[in-house]
Amino acid sequence: MATALQFPANVSTLNNYNDLYPDWTQREVSTGTTIMAVEFDGGVVIGADSRTTTGAYIANRVTDKLTPIHDRIFCCRSGSAADTQAIADAVTYQLGFHSIELDEAPLIQTAASLFRDMCYRYREELMAGIIVAGWDKRRGGQVYTVPVGGMMTRQPVSVGGSGSSYIYGYVDSNYKTGMTKEECLKFTAEALTLAMERDGSSGGVVRLAVISEQGVERQVILGNQLPKFSTV
Amino acid sequence: MEKQHSYSQVKGVSTGTTILAVKFNGGVIIGSDSRASMGESYVSSKTINKLIQVHDRIFCCIAGSLADAQAVTKMAKFQLSFHSIQMESPPLVKAAASIMRELCYSNKEELQAGFITAGWDRKKGPQIYVVSLGGMLLSQPFTIGGSGSTYIYGYVDAKFKPDMSLEEAKQFSINALALAMGRDNVSGGVVHLVVITEPGVKHIVVPGDKLPKFHDE
Repeated sequence: MATALQFPANVSTLNNYNDLYPDWTQREVSTGTTIMAVEFDGGVVIGADSRTTTGAYIANRVTDKLTPIHDRIFCCRSGSAADTQAIADAVTYQLGFHSIELDEAPLIQTAASLFRDMCYRYREELMAGIIVAGWDKRRGGQVYTVPVGGMMTRQPVSVGGSGSSYIYGYVDSNYKTGMTKEECLKFTAEALTLAMERDGSSGGVVRLAVISEQGVERQVILGNQLPKFSTV
Repeated sequence: MEKQHSYSQVKGVSTGTTILAVKFNGGVIIGSDSRASMGESYVSSKTINKLIQVHDRIFCCIAGSLADAQAVTKMAKFQLSFHSIQMESPPLVKAAASIMRELCYSNKEELQAGFITAGWDRKKGPQIYVVSLGGMLLSQPFTIGGSGSTYIYGYVDAKFKPDMSLEEAKQFSINALALAMGRDNVSGGVVHLVVITEPGVKHIVVPGDKLPKFHDE
Protein backbone atom coordinates (compact mmCIF):
# COMPACT_ATOMS: atom_id res chain seq x y z
CA MET A 1 0.00 0.00 0.00
CA ALA A 2 2.07 2.90 1.26
CA THR A 3 5.31 1.31 0.07
CA ALA A 4 6.35 4.39 -1.83
CA LEU A 5 9.76 5.93 -1.12
CA GLN A 6 10.88 4.96 2.37
CA PHE A 7 12.99 7.80 3.70
CA PRO A 8 15.00 7.26 6.85
CA ALA A 9 13.48 9.25 9.66
CA ASN A 10 16.33 11.74 9.81
CA VAL A 11 16.16 12.92 6.19
CA SER A 12 13.96 15.94 5.73
CA THR A 13 11.27 15.54 3.10
CA LEU A 14 9.21 18.17 1.39
CA ASN A 15 5.84 16.47 1.71
CA ASN A 16 4.75 13.52 3.76
CA TYR A 17 1.52 12.25 2.21
CA ASN A 18 -0.40 9.57 4.01
CA ASP A 19 -2.51 8.37 1.14
CA LEU A 20 -5.34 6.92 3.20
CA TYR A 21 -6.24 9.55 5.79
CA PRO A 22 -5.38 13.19 6.30
CA ASP A 23 -2.88 13.86 9.03
CA TRP A 24 -5.19 15.75 11.36
CA THR A 25 -7.60 12.84 11.86
CA GLN A 26 -4.88 10.78 13.48
CA ARG A 27 -3.15 13.30 15.68
CA GLU A 28 -3.98 14.63 19.10
CA VAL A 29 -4.58 18.33 19.54
CA SER A 30 -1.41 19.82 20.93
CA THR A 31 -0.33 23.21 22.09
CA GLY A 32 3.14 22.53 20.62
CA THR A 33 4.17 25.95 21.62
CA THR A 34 6.49 28.52 23.08
CA ILE A 35 5.77 29.88 26.55
CA MET A 36 7.87 32.11 28.74
CA ALA A 37 7.76 33.86 32.10
CA VAL A 38 10.15 36.40 33.66
CA GLU A 39 10.26 37.77 37.21
CA PHE A 40 10.91 41.47 37.82
CA ASP A 41 10.88 43.54 40.97
CA GLY A 42 7.18 43.97 41.63
CA GLY A 43 5.68 41.25 39.46
CA VAL A 44 6.05 38.91 36.52
CA VAL A 45 5.70 39.12 32.77
CA ILE A 46 4.32 36.04 31.03
CA GLY A 47 3.97 35.37 27.33
CA ALA A 48 2.96 32.74 24.82
CA ASP A 49 2.40 32.23 21.12
CA SER A 50 -1.10 31.44 19.86
CA ARG A 51 -0.93 28.29 17.73
CA THR A 52 -2.72 25.00 18.51
CA THR A 53 -2.04 22.19 16.07
CA THR A 54 -3.60 18.85 15.23
CA GLY A 55 -0.76 17.28 13.27
CA ALA A 56 -0.13 19.67 10.40
CA TYR A 57 -3.46 21.50 10.71
CA ILE A 58 -3.59 24.62 12.86
CA ALA A 59 -6.74 24.05 14.85
CA ASN A 60 -6.67 27.46 16.49
CA ARG A 61 -4.39 30.28 15.35
CA VAL A 62 -5.43 32.71 18.09
CA THR A 63 -5.28 30.45 21.14
CA ASP A 64 -4.99 31.95 24.58
CA LYS A 65 -2.45 29.83 26.43
CA LEU A 66 -2.26 32.18 29.39
CA THR A 67 -4.90 30.81 31.72
CA PRO A 68 -5.97 32.55 34.94
CA ILE A 69 -5.93 30.30 37.99
CA HIS A 70 -6.67 33.00 40.52
CA ASP A 71 -6.75 36.81 40.68
CA ARG A 72 -3.00 37.22 40.48
CA ILE A 73 -1.92 33.73 39.44
CA PHE A 74 -1.68 32.57 35.81
CA CYS A 75 -0.40 29.46 34.18
CA CYS A 76 1.17 29.08 30.72
CA ARG A 77 0.20 25.80 29.09
CA SER A 78 2.22 23.62 26.72
CA GLY A 79 1.81 20.02 25.60
CA SER A 80 -1.50 18.31 25.06
CA ALA A 81 -4.30 20.88 24.94
CA ALA A 82 -6.79 18.51 26.57
CA ASP A 83 -4.48 17.53 29.41
CA THR A 84 -3.46 21.07 30.25
CA GLN A 85 -7.03 22.38 30.16
CA ALA A 86 -8.17 19.58 32.46
CA ILE A 87 -5.31 20.14 34.91
CA ALA A 88 -5.83 23.91 34.93
CA ASP A 89 -9.55 23.49 35.63
CA ALA A 90 -8.87 21.09 38.48
CA VAL A 91 -6.22 23.32 40.04
CA THR A 92 -8.44 26.41 39.68
CA TYR A 93 -11.12 24.62 41.68
CA GLN A 94 -8.73 23.38 44.35
CA LEU A 95 -7.03 26.75 44.70
CA GLY A 96 -10.34 28.62 44.88
CA PHE A 97 -11.49 26.35 47.66
CA HIS A 98 -8.21 26.71 49.53
CA SER A 99 -8.35 30.49 49.21
CA ILE A 100 -11.83 30.61 50.74
CA GLU A 101 -10.69 28.43 53.64
CA LEU A 102 -7.64 30.62 54.18
CA ASP A 103 -9.66 33.82 53.78
CA GLU A 104 -6.82 35.45 51.87
CA ALA A 105 -5.12 35.34 48.47
CA PRO A 106 -3.27 32.06 47.88
CA LEU A 107 0.50 31.86 47.40
CA ILE A 108 2.02 31.20 43.98
CA GLN A 109 4.00 28.38 45.54
CA THR A 110 0.73 26.74 46.60
CA ALA A 111 -0.65 26.91 43.07
CA ALA A 112 2.60 25.50 41.69
CA SER A 113 2.52 22.67 44.23
CA LEU A 114 -1.01 21.75 43.22
CA PHE A 115 0.09 21.58 39.57
CA ARG A 116 3.08 19.53 40.53
CA ASP A 117 1.08 17.06 42.60
CA MET A 118 -1.27 16.40 39.73
CA CYS A 119 1.41 16.27 37.03
CA TYR A 120 3.56 13.89 39.08
CA ARG A 121 0.78 11.58 40.24
CA TYR A 122 -0.55 11.10 36.71
CA ARG A 123 2.76 11.45 34.92
CA GLU A 124 2.26 8.30 32.82
CA GLU A 125 -1.05 9.51 31.42
CA LEU A 126 -0.33 13.20 31.01
CA MET A 127 1.70 15.22 28.54
CA ALA A 128 1.81 18.67 30.08
CA GLY A 129 4.51 21.28 30.59
CA ILE A 130 3.27 24.20 32.66
CA ILE A 131 4.76 27.46 33.89
CA VAL A 132 2.99 28.96 36.91
CA ALA A 133 3.55 32.66 37.56
CA GLY A 134 2.04 35.48 39.53
CA TRP A 135 2.36 37.95 42.35
CA ASP A 136 1.65 37.42 46.04
CA LYS A 137 2.21 39.55 49.10
CA ARG A 138 4.76 37.25 50.75
CA ARG A 139 7.35 36.86 48.00
CA GLY A 140 6.36 39.30 45.24
CA GLY A 141 6.67 38.17 41.63
CA GLN A 142 7.50 34.48 41.22
CA VAL A 143 7.86 32.01 38.37
CA TYR A 144 7.66 28.27 38.96
CA THR A 145 8.15 25.73 36.20
CA VAL A 146 6.46 22.30 36.23
CA PRO A 147 7.79 20.47 33.17
CA VAL A 148 6.72 17.06 31.79
CA GLY A 149 7.33 14.44 34.48
CA GLY A 150 6.21 16.54 37.41
CA MET A 151 9.25 18.35 38.79
CA MET A 152 8.70 21.80 40.26
CA THR A 153 11.32 24.50 40.60
CA ARG A 154 11.42 28.27 40.94
CA GLN A 155 13.43 30.17 38.32
CA PRO A 156 13.83 33.89 37.62
CA VAL A 157 13.20 33.21 33.94
CA SER A 158 11.66 30.12 32.41
CA VAL A 159 10.81 29.02 28.87
CA GLY A 160 8.81 25.99 27.82
CA GLY A 161 7.18 24.19 24.96
CA SER A 162 8.57 22.86 21.69
CA GLY A 163 9.80 26.26 20.56
CA SER A 164 11.76 26.87 23.72
CA SER A 165 14.76 24.78 22.56
CA TYR A 166 15.57 27.41 19.94
CA ILE A 167 15.74 30.30 22.37
CA TYR A 168 17.75 28.90 25.28
CA GLY A 169 20.86 30.56 23.88
CA TYR A 170 19.07 33.89 23.38
CA VAL A 171 17.52 33.88 26.86
CA ASP A 172 20.79 32.83 28.55
CA SER A 173 22.69 35.65 26.88
CA ASN A 174 20.09 38.41 27.16
CA TYR A 175 18.61 37.95 30.61
CA LYS A 176 19.95 40.19 33.36
CA THR A 177 18.74 40.52 36.93
CA GLY A 178 17.08 43.78 37.85
CA MET A 179 15.22 44.42 34.58
CA THR A 180 12.27 46.78 34.61
CA LYS A 181 8.76 45.84 33.53
CA GLU A 182 9.23 47.40 30.06
CA GLU A 183 12.56 45.63 29.55
CA CYS A 184 10.96 42.33 30.51
CA LEU A 185 8.11 42.89 28.07
CA LYS A 186 10.53 43.64 25.25
CA PHE A 187 12.76 40.67 26.16
CA THR A 188 9.77 38.29 26.23
CA ALA A 189 8.31 39.56 22.95
CA GLU A 190 11.64 39.24 21.17
CA ALA A 191 12.36 35.77 22.50
CA LEU A 192 8.91 34.51 21.56
CA THR A 193 9.22 36.01 18.08
CA LEU A 194 12.54 34.26 17.48
CA ALA A 195 11.08 30.94 18.63
CA MET A 196 7.98 31.36 16.48
CA GLU A 197 10.12 31.95 13.41
CA ARG A 198 11.99 28.67 13.88
CA ASP A 199 9.42 26.31 15.41
CA GLY A 200 6.72 24.98 13.11
CA SER A 201 4.39 24.35 16.04
CA SER A 202 4.54 27.95 17.29
CA GLY A 203 3.17 30.99 15.56
CA GLY A 204 0.33 33.46 15.25
CA VAL A 205 0.29 36.39 17.65
CA VAL A 206 2.21 37.00 20.85
CA ARG A 207 0.07 37.24 23.96
CA LEU A 208 1.62 38.97 26.96
CA ALA A 209 0.42 39.65 30.48
CA VAL A 210 1.91 41.59 33.39
CA ILE A 211 0.90 40.46 36.87
CA SER A 212 1.66 42.74 39.79
CA GLU A 213 0.14 44.05 42.99
CA GLN A 214 -2.07 46.33 40.92
CA GLY A 215 -3.59 43.46 39.00
CA VAL A 216 -3.26 41.95 35.53
CA GLU A 217 -2.66 43.86 32.29
CA ARG A 218 -2.92 41.87 29.07
CA GLN A 219 -1.74 42.76 25.62
CA VAL A 220 -1.53 41.21 22.19
CA ILE A 221 1.15 41.82 19.58
CA LEU A 222 -0.18 41.03 16.13
CA GLY A 223 1.87 39.32 13.41
CA ASN A 224 2.82 42.46 11.53
CA GLN A 225 3.81 44.27 14.72
CA LEU A 226 6.27 41.64 15.92
CA PRO A 227 9.90 42.75 16.33
CA LYS A 228 11.99 42.20 13.23
CA PHE A 229 15.47 40.71 13.07
CA SER A 230 17.81 41.12 10.16
CA THR A 231 17.91 37.49 9.03
CA VAL A 232 14.35 36.62 9.93
CA MET B 1 10.15 12.96 28.68
CA GLU B 2 10.22 12.66 24.91
CA LYS B 3 13.74 11.94 23.72
CA GLN B 4 15.10 14.41 21.29
CA HIS B 5 16.47 12.53 18.31
CA SER B 6 20.06 13.69 18.12
CA TYR B 7 22.81 12.45 15.87
CA SER B 8 24.56 10.95 18.87
CA GLN B 9 22.12 8.05 19.05
CA VAL B 10 23.83 6.52 16.02
CA LYS B 11 26.53 3.89 15.68
CA GLY B 12 29.55 4.07 17.92
CA VAL B 13 31.48 7.26 18.52
CA SER B 14 29.56 10.28 17.43
CA THR B 15 30.20 13.97 17.47
CA GLY B 16 27.01 15.09 19.20
CA THR B 17 28.18 18.57 18.65
CA THR B 18 27.79 22.24 17.89
CA ILE B 19 29.32 23.64 14.73
CA LEU B 20 28.97 26.95 13.02
CA ALA B 21 30.34 29.08 10.23
CA VAL B 22 29.88 32.79 9.68
CA LYS B 23 30.91 35.13 6.89
CA PHE B 24 32.44 38.46 7.82
CA ASN B 25 33.99 41.34 5.95
CA GLY B 26 36.96 39.71 4.23
CA GLY B 27 36.66 36.08 5.22
CA VAL B 28 34.85 33.32 7.07
CA ILE B 29 35.10 31.92 10.55
CA ILE B 30 34.35 28.28 11.06
CA GLY B 31 34.03 26.97 14.61
CA SER B 32 33.11 24.00 16.76
CA ASP B 33 33.18 22.55 20.26
CA SER B 34 35.56 19.70 21.06
CA ARG B 35 33.55 16.88 22.59
CA ALA B 36 33.10 13.38 21.13
CA SER B 37 30.59 11.17 22.91
CA MET B 38 29.47 7.55 22.82
CA GLY B 39 25.78 7.46 23.49
CA GLU B 40 24.80 10.30 25.77
CA SER B 41 26.74 9.45 28.87
CA TYR B 42 30.36 8.82 27.96
CA VAL B 43 32.71 11.44 26.61
CA SER B 44 35.22 9.58 24.49
CA SER B 45 37.30 12.65 23.74
CA LYS B 46 37.38 16.09 25.37
CA THR B 47 39.67 17.70 22.85
CA ILE B 48 38.82 16.44 19.42
CA ASN B 49 39.30 18.80 16.50
CA LYS B 50 36.27 18.76 14.25
CA LEU B 51 37.64 21.34 11.82
CA ILE B 52 39.25 19.40 8.99
CA GLN B 53 41.36 21.16 6.41
CA VAL B 54 40.51 19.83 2.95
CA HIS B 55 42.63 22.36 1.10
CA ASP B 56 44.73 25.46 1.75
CA ARG B 57 41.80 27.81 2.23
CA ILE B 58 38.92 25.36 2.57
CA PHE B 59 37.83 23.75 5.83
CA CYS B 60 35.05 21.37 6.72
CA CYS B 61 33.40 20.79 10.02
CA ILE B 62 31.55 17.62 10.79
CA ALA B 63 28.47 16.65 12.71
CA GLY B 64 27.17 13.15 13.16
CA SER B 65 28.99 9.86 13.18
CA LEU B 66 32.71 10.50 13.51
CA ALA B 67 33.65 7.42 11.50
CA ASP B 68 31.48 8.41 8.58
CA ALA B 69 32.70 11.99 8.69
CA GLN B 70 36.36 10.99 8.69
CA ALA B 71 35.82 8.62 5.78
CA VAL B 72 34.00 11.22 3.73
CA THR B 73 36.48 14.02 4.40
CA LYS B 74 39.43 11.76 3.60
CA MET B 75 37.86 10.90 0.26
CA ALA B 76 36.96 14.52 -0.41
CA LYS B 77 40.49 15.70 0.39
CA PHE B 78 41.90 13.26 -2.12
CA GLN B 79 39.43 14.12 -4.87
CA LEU B 80 39.88 17.83 -4.26
CA SER B 81 43.67 17.74 -4.48
CA PHE B 82 43.43 15.71 -7.69
CA HIS B 83 40.95 18.22 -9.11
CA SER B 84 43.17 21.10 -8.11
CA ILE B 85 46.18 19.55 -9.88
CA GLN B 86 44.15 18.97 -13.04
CA MET B 87 42.81 22.54 -13.03
CA GLU B 88 46.24 23.94 -12.14
CA SER B 89 44.67 26.38 -9.70
CA PRO B 90 43.32 26.37 -6.17
CA PRO B 91 39.87 24.76 -6.04
CA LEU B 92 36.67 26.68 -5.56
CA VAL B 93 34.88 26.34 -2.24
CA LYS B 94 31.82 25.28 -4.19
CA ALA B 95 33.82 22.45 -5.77
CA ALA B 96 34.76 21.15 -2.33
CA ALA B 97 31.16 21.37 -1.19
CA SER B 98 29.95 19.61 -4.34
CA ILE B 99 32.32 16.72 -3.75
CA MET B 100 30.97 16.33 -0.20
CA ARG B 101 27.44 16.50 -1.52
CA GLU B 102 28.07 13.81 -4.13
CA LEU B 103 29.49 11.51 -1.49
CA CYS B 104 26.66 12.17 0.96
CA TYR B 105 23.88 11.86 -1.61
CA SER B 106 25.15 8.68 -3.29
CA ASN B 107 25.67 6.97 0.05
CA LYS B 108 22.76 8.42 1.91
CA GLU B 109 21.52 5.04 3.16
CA GLU B 110 24.76 4.20 4.91
CA LEU B 111 26.02 7.57 6.06
CA GLN B 112 24.97 9.61 9.06
CA ALA B 113 26.99 12.78 8.80
CA GLY B 114 26.37 16.39 7.88
CA PHE B 115 29.00 18.98 6.95
CA ILE B 116 29.63 22.67 6.83
CA THR B 117 32.19 23.63 4.18
CA ALA B 118 33.63 27.10 4.40
CA GLY B 119 36.54 28.85 2.79
CA TRP B 120 37.88 31.52 0.55
CA ASP B 121 38.55 31.42 -3.19
CA ARG B 122 39.55 33.97 -5.78
CA LYS B 123 36.30 33.79 -7.75
CA LYS B 124 33.66 34.49 -5.10
CA GLY B 125 35.63 35.35 -1.97
CA PRO B 126 34.42 34.00 1.37
CA GLN B 127 31.66 31.39 1.13
CA ILE B 128 29.80 28.94 3.33
CA TYR B 129 28.03 25.81 2.10
CA VAL B 130 26.05 23.37 4.15
CA VAL B 131 25.65 19.74 3.09
CA SER B 132 22.91 18.15 5.15
CA LEU B 133 22.34 14.51 6.03
CA GLY B 134 20.54 13.45 2.85
CA GLY B 135 22.82 15.33 0.52
CA MET B 136 21.26 18.77 0.09
CA LEU B 137 23.67 21.59 -0.75
CA LEU B 138 22.88 25.13 0.29
CA SER B 139 24.85 28.38 0.42
CA GLN B 140 24.23 30.68 3.37
CA PRO B 141 25.77 33.78 4.97
CA PHE B 142 26.00 31.91 8.26
CA THR B 143 24.98 28.49 9.41
CA ILE B 144 24.84 26.37 12.54
CA GLY B 145 24.67 22.61 12.89
CA GLY B 146 24.90 19.65 15.22
CA SER B 147 22.78 18.72 18.19
CA GLY B 148 23.69 21.84 20.16
CA SER B 149 22.59 24.16 17.39
CA THR B 150 18.87 23.91 18.31
CA TYR B 151 19.53 25.96 21.43
CA ILE B 152 21.14 28.86 19.64
CA TYR B 153 18.82 29.43 16.67
CA GLY B 154 17.17 32.32 18.50
CA TYR B 155 20.51 33.82 19.51
CA VAL B 156 22.07 33.71 16.03
CA ASP B 157 18.89 34.96 14.35
CA ALA B 158 18.88 37.96 16.67
CA LYS B 159 22.59 38.71 16.68
CA PHE B 160 23.81 38.08 13.14
CA LYS B 161 24.47 41.10 10.96
CA PRO B 162 25.86 40.89 7.43
CA ASP B 163 29.34 42.42 6.90
CA MET B 164 30.62 42.20 10.47
CA SER B 165 34.25 42.94 11.29
CA LEU B 166 36.62 40.13 12.27
CA GLU B 167 36.39 40.97 15.97
CA GLU B 168 32.58 41.09 15.93
CA ALA B 169 32.38 37.81 14.06
CA LYS B 170 34.81 36.17 16.49
CA GLN B 171 32.78 37.35 19.47
CA PHE B 172 29.55 36.20 17.81
CA SER B 173 30.98 32.72 17.21
CA ILE B 174 32.47 32.33 20.67
CA ASN B 175 29.26 33.47 22.37
CA ALA B 176 27.08 31.22 20.23
CA LEU B 177 29.24 28.16 20.86
CA ALA B 178 29.50 28.89 24.59
CA LEU B 179 25.71 29.20 24.87
CA ALA B 180 25.15 25.94 23.00
CA MET B 181 27.76 24.12 25.06
CA GLY B 182 26.03 25.40 28.19
CA ARG B 183 22.74 23.77 27.28
CA ASP B 184 23.67 20.69 25.23
CA ASN B 185 25.20 17.87 27.24
CA VAL B 186 26.89 16.29 24.23
CA SER B 187 28.72 19.50 23.31
CA GLY B 188 31.53 20.84 25.42
CA GLY B 189 35.24 21.17 26.00
CA VAL B 190 37.04 24.00 24.27
CA VAL B 191 36.06 26.21 21.37
CA HIS B 192 38.02 25.72 18.15
CA LEU B 193 37.87 28.54 15.63
CA VAL B 194 39.53 28.83 12.24
CA VAL B 195 39.64 32.21 10.53
CA ILE B 196 40.04 31.91 6.74
CA THR B 197 40.97 34.98 4.71
CA GLU B 198 42.87 35.71 1.52
CA PRO B 199 46.26 36.05 3.25
CA GLY B 200 45.88 32.80 5.16
CA VAL B 201 44.39 30.66 7.86
CA LYS B 202 44.53 31.15 11.64
CA HIS B 203 43.51 28.56 14.24
CA ILE B 204 42.27 29.93 17.56
CA VAL B 205 41.50 27.84 20.64
CA VAL B 206 39.45 29.26 23.50
CA PRO B 207 39.78 27.03 26.57
CA GLY B 208 36.79 26.35 28.82
CA ASP B 209 37.73 28.77 31.57
CA LYS B 210 38.12 31.68 29.13
CA LEU B 211 34.66 31.23 27.66
CA PRO B 212 32.06 33.92 28.38
CA LYS B 213 29.85 33.25 31.39
CA PHE B 214 26.15 33.98 31.45
CA HIS B 215 23.75 35.07 34.10
CA ASP B 216 23.23 31.80 35.90
CA GLU B 217 26.86 30.64 35.97
